[in-house]
Amino acid sequence: MNALPATEHAPKEFVLEVEALTVSFDGFKAVDDLSFYVDENEIRVIIGPNGAGKTTVLDLICGRTKASHGSIRFRDRELTRMKEHEIVHAGVGRKFQNPTIYEELTVFENLELSIPRGRTVFGALGFRRDQAVLDRIEEIAEFVFLKDHLKTPSAILSHGQKQWLEIGMLLIQDPSLMMLDEPVAGMSVGERVKTAELLNNIIKDRSVIVIEHDMKFVEDIAHRVTVLHQGKVLSEGSMEHVKNDPKVVEVYLGH
Amino acid sequence: MGSSSHASTGTLDKSRFANPFFTREGWLYFAILAVLILVVFPLTLDAFRLNNVGKYLTYAFVALGLVLCWGHSGILSLGQGIFFGLGGYCMAMFLKLEASSPENTAIQSTPGIPDFMDWNQITELPWFWAPFHSFGFTLIAIVAVPMILAFVIGFAMFTRRVGGVYFAIITQAIAAILTILIIGQQGYTGGVNGITDLRTLLGWNIRTSEAQFILYFVCAGLLLASLLLCRAVHVSKLGRLVIAIRDKEDRVRFSGYDVAAFKIFVFCFAAGIAAIGGALFTLQVGFMSPTFVGIVPSIEMVIFAAVGGRLSFFGAIYGTLLVNYAKSTFSETFPELWLFAMGGLFIAVVMAFPDGLAGLYHRHVRPHLAKIPGLFDRQSGRGRDVVAQPAE
Repeated sequence: MNALPATEHAPKEFVLEVEALTVSFDGFKAVDDLSFYVDENEIRVIIGPNGAGKTTVLDLICGRTKASHGSIRFRDRELTRMKEHEIVHAGVGRKFQNPTIYEELTVFENLELSIPRGRTVFGALGFRRDQAVLDRIEEIAEFVFLKDHLKTPSAILSHGQKQWLEIGMLLIQDPSLMMLDEPVAGMSVGERVKTAELLNNIIKDRSVIVIEHDMKFVEDIAHRVTVLHQGKVLSEGSMEHVKNDPKVVEVYLGH
Repeated sequence: MGSSSHASTGTLDKSRFANPFFTREGWLYFAILAVLILVVFPLTLDAFRLNNVGKYLTYAFVALGLVLCWGHSGILSLGQGIFFGLGGYCMAMFLKLEASSPENTAIQSTPGIPDFMDWNQITELPWFWAPFHSFGFTLIAIVAVPMILAFVIGFAMFTRRVGGVYFAIITQAIAAILTILIIGQQGYTGGVNGITDLRTLLGWNIRTSEAQFILYFVCAGLLLASLLLCRAVHVSKLGRLVIAIRDKEDRVRFSGYDVAAFKIFVFCFAAGIAAIGGALFTLQVGFMSPTFVGIVPSIEMVIFAAVGGRLSFFGAIYGTLLVNYAKSTFSETFPELWLFAMGGLFIAVVMAFPDGLAGLYHRHVRPHLAKIPGLFDRQSGRGRDVVAQPAE
């Protein structure tokens, strides 16, 4: 349905509009005049060779890196001028490339800290672990296959489980845009299948941007694919379209 | 909630995820500590030694704050002496004004002002001294002045994402600057001698051995109260968040928290606790001087927390007592070797026992005690006062 090349539609509401985005580090343009648009309920996968600027794009959207030029509009809010935690409050969640979880704490506590309640200093001091909290944690833990591990210190989870936990930590915030940097890295084949299923379930009410190298997985989940090369969009469209694009073939074979 | 069936969602057993203030084991440790400092010490030590212990306990306030600030939140401050000292100076200013009544200071060229001001040809009480005539103001200032300074430092550093070693160096520099300032402004601060010759608190002579005895209990009681306060912060969501910030700052930030605000809070909290210790120090020792503000005492206080175990509130108190006991015994015999011993101790702790006494206890002693039936309850394995515990 959605798997059509990005074409000139009538003006419509996108969840995310990235326009003319540029960032340079000491003169090197990691992202160069980049524009792309993400739809409601879309899974967009960004692929590209190493150094193409994929992670930098996510860094720019979530405010970790400041753009030199260009704009990032998310539901009519300009993200380039907001602080990181404000961007999260606006509804953007981000998973890091290496599973980034609180290893000293249990799965339960990891999820609890991610609940969007008591986010101020005094809010956190007064936060109570009530029934609503328990129910929400249980719901999300079940979703990311960790319900039987709630009391497990997260340090001893398998690599794949850590990835799921971090996805769960995003989900519990109920973001309308989720950005996942290599969510299946280090996962077994079985875990990858489950993760693809998981992602297809969570887009019911949100959009997802995924960076991934595993082409099989990309084919399983992508509605549209954006190929980045040297900070620019090389090609965009369905997986089928992108795979047969001579420019893409050249870049990948050239490496 | 009524049944404990494990059917579908909405059935998480609340008690399994309860977050008690203290487990039974925790209360046991608290009771042991309370008995030790409230009963055993007063019964077994002579007045001089007890006063010494009271002095050590004032340092334990600083160590408690460091557990939260350094151990849990990863903010190493090498300038806690600043806050201890400011709290102490606020108390000293009040006591000094009380001791400098016009009758007591009739022989000065300007009666009614502290003696050291008179010696420095100051003829009028400086404006910032005047409010310290009020005991109520002083009590507030003891905590507020250091916390405001901590807020300014914290705000300037943490919103700019200064952390780690850089933060430690800056706090140390501020400790040095404050010492120089106090010594340089002799007419306003008493200079290198500090504020001395303090006599009464609201007319009550604090230099009698009876007063010393009572002040010891005030100090011990406030220390236990501070421990409970620290514990309350630790078991709140904020307590878990700061651990998360220490380990994965970016994950916390991108979960929607303003990380700097939490660091500022913890730093201010530790400063406030340290300041209470400083004020009690002044009361028990009877003077305050720049020696307790600068770099050396600040680093010593970090060593107290490190030896006791920087993750454990109880450990910090025992560490402070032990190091200070060793210091007074050792330096009575070999005064010039003490600093080397202290340095060696710190290196040994960091290299060999990073979790200090508390870590040793949990690794080698507690497993044996846990075998005694009924001593610790079933939930005691969750004791997060120390390091992460293995899975149940």
